[in-house]
Amino acid sequence: MDKIPILRMGRFLLVTIQVDLYDRLALNLESDLVQMVSKTGASGVLIDISALSIVDSFMGRILGNIGSMSKIMDAETVVVGMQPAVAITLIELGLELKGVHTALNVEKGMELLQHKIGFMHEEEDAGDSSIE
Amino acid sequence: MLIVKEQDVVLFRNRVKEYAVKIGMGLVNQTKLITAASELVRNMLKYASGGAVLIEVITKGRENGIRLTFRDQGPGIPNVQQAMKDGFSTGKSLGLGLPGAKRLVSEFDIKSTVGEGTTVSIIKWKNG
Repeated sequence: MDKIPILRMGRFLLVTIQVDLYDRLALNLESDLVQMVSKTGASGVLIDISALSIVDSFMGRILGNIGSMSKIMDAETVVVGMQPAVAITLIELGLELKGVHTALNVEKGMELLQHKIGFMHEEEDAGDSSIE
Repeated sequence: MLIVKEQDVVLFRNRVKEYAVKIGMGLVNQTKLITAASELVRNMLKYASGGAVLIEVITKGRENGIRLTFRDQGPGIPNVQQAMKDGFSTGKSLGLGLPGAKRLVSEFDIKSTVGEGTTVSIIKWKNG
């Protein structure tokens, strides 16, 4: 059975989708990722889709689901590397990928995640001090 | 080309891509065509447990294009007009499949008879 590898890097999980996914594979990725978030307590998920030549409504829904599921598990999701033709097609199709953050490439995606999570921690710190 | 299982979708998309590349279709139009094809083929699998797709290169005047005809013997669509509306779905999906596919191609035609099946044909012109 094929499987999309999920890499752990510090507090983030990295997924690089290198092949065009068929439905089962995409659904497995969704459940594997959510389980990994729970198991590792990761606070960010980065999904690289630069190798995907098309994203249809099903794949779009999976990405959205991963975003929403991770969110309620206290992790942010960033989708990076979308090809321009894919972006054009997605919007014409009527899919806006709500609930997931996007960034141009892995580097920018990482920055975004770090920023988001750093920001959350500052808020927590501020909360703590006000209690004291 | 027969489509009966999930893995066929990826093969089918690659086949469509080969045809699109052969007539020199640009990347954006290629992506639109393949995405529309993917939506329709997925519908076919989900609601009719598969069917057959015909891929053809067609010519009108100086323009080349690709026509895909999806034919299934599924339950048919009782209300085609409703099915073509954004956000309408009898399955648990976003309801973007049919209307979205229509937006992505140059010409879209659907015929459905309840109890007999559905035929959808789409055309994407090379520069359309």
